[in-house]
Amino acid sequence: MKYRYYPGCSLEGSAREYDISTRAVMAALGVELLELEGWTCCGASAADFASRLLSLILPARNLALAEAAGEPWTLMVPCSACYLNLRRVTETIRSKPGTKELLNEALAVDGLQMSGTVSVRHLLDILSRDIGASAVRAIVRKPLSGLRIAPYYGCQCLRPYPVFDDSEAPTSMEPIIEATGASVFRWHMAGACCGASHINTHHDAALVMIGAILEDAAGADAIVTVCPMCQLNLEAFQHRVRTEGARRIDIPVLYLPQLIGLAAGLSPKQLGLELNLSKPLAVV
Amino acid sequence: MQPAITTESALASIQEKMAACMQCGVCTGSCPNAFAMDLTPRQLWRLVLAGRTEDVFRSHTFFLCSQCFRCTLRCPRGLQPTEAMSELKHLAYRSGWFERSESVVFYRYFLESVRRHGRVHELELMSRYFTAMRNPVLPFRFASLGIRLIGRGKLAIMPSAEGCRDLGALFRKVDEMEKRL
Repeated sequence: MKYRYYPGCSLEGSAREYDISTRAVMAALGVELLELEGWTCCGASAADFASRLLSLILPARNLALAEAAGEPWTLMVPCSACYLNLRRVTETIRSKPGTKELLNEALAVDGLQMSGTVSVRHLLDILSRDIGASAVRAIVRKPLSGLRIAPYYGCQCLRPYPVFDDSEAPTSMEPIIEATGASVFRWHMAGACCGASHINTHHDAALVMIGAILEDAAGADAIVTVCPMCQLNLEAFQHRVRTEGARRIDIPVLYLPQLIGLAAGLSPKQLGLELNLSKPLAVV
Repeated sequence: MQPAITTESALASIQEKMAACMQCGVCTGSCPNAFAMDLTPRQLWRLVLAGRTEDVFRSHTFFLCSQCFRCTLRCPRGLQPTEAMSELKHLAYRSGWFERSESVVFYRYFLESVRRHGRVHELELMSRYFTAMRNPVLPFRFASLGIRLIGRGKLAIMPSAEGCRDLGALFRKVDEMEKRL
């Protein structure tokens, strides 16, 4: 299996361990990742603010690069916000006539053009549907028995495009978690919103939302995420949220590939575990 | 006041999007940010449809949409309230009324970083955001996070040379096209 790989800005910075562990685990699974050369920012939620057109053109630039690069035609995206923005381009081209021409007029400035042949897929989509839990189980060397893992999906890998999972009651991570030997911690906040960039612009509101998620995870050994924004919010502000009875929250927040990698016997260094801000998982 | 908002047609495309709203309140009940909003989403849509532009933009409700898309998937009328919220943010951004708003300033520097480097440079973004907001408390919320990230080598001091692409020409082209459209 081969995929074109779009890491996105966070995976070069505050979410470096997501990039490191994704590459390591994909290699262990025998999946080849070809990084998209010359990729640029997807626009995050900023482009939407400033210009509706720019919010399509910034991700479209990357789809044009992916087309020019040729096979493989599937773009794997680990960041949920990048995934949404890139996916929105292909969905808009399909639903709004004239969009492609508009995008190509702008992209011509950079000598690029796109026709919409690249398929945009989230890392979790590929892990759960292409690779599958049995292939994950096949690389497990150190089963994570006894650990209760809370799967946290957040929003944008599920909504507004419910492509690979149920947008209200997601389950796609569960077979993967079970394949590592751990058990799934049942909770209510799996698909809740962490507030995303509210942490920068509406700090106090974000802390309330993060607090509600973390409180619901009480009893789990770790939270596992598939989005750099969710992960940073849940791990970096743990000690800042107000909890009932002023209880101090201290829970490891890992990326899903880090969990798989641990079960596969990869070293903490290979999974970038020393880069996480939350406390280490008990087995490490 | 900028013409973008004061003209009657400013809300027109949003009104069109939300015209079938029956005020059931599923959007409000689904919204994880409703607790922090001055108006609930349902109330906001009523004001939008009534053309009460000033009341709409006196509220901060649309800035508090975190794009979770719950309301969009649950709306029994099949409307797209998240899209409509984005359009309101966009109008606000363009209006010049919200130059001191944290959202407007943050996203402006975010895009500035993308325009210059092709990718977001987190450290540059945050320092310019803090400087522009001139709120002495703001940096302290992030000081400990910044120190921990730098300690782990996760915040590059300089943008990566390898990934650097000047998107100035593309941004100018988009500007020019927006004026025409």
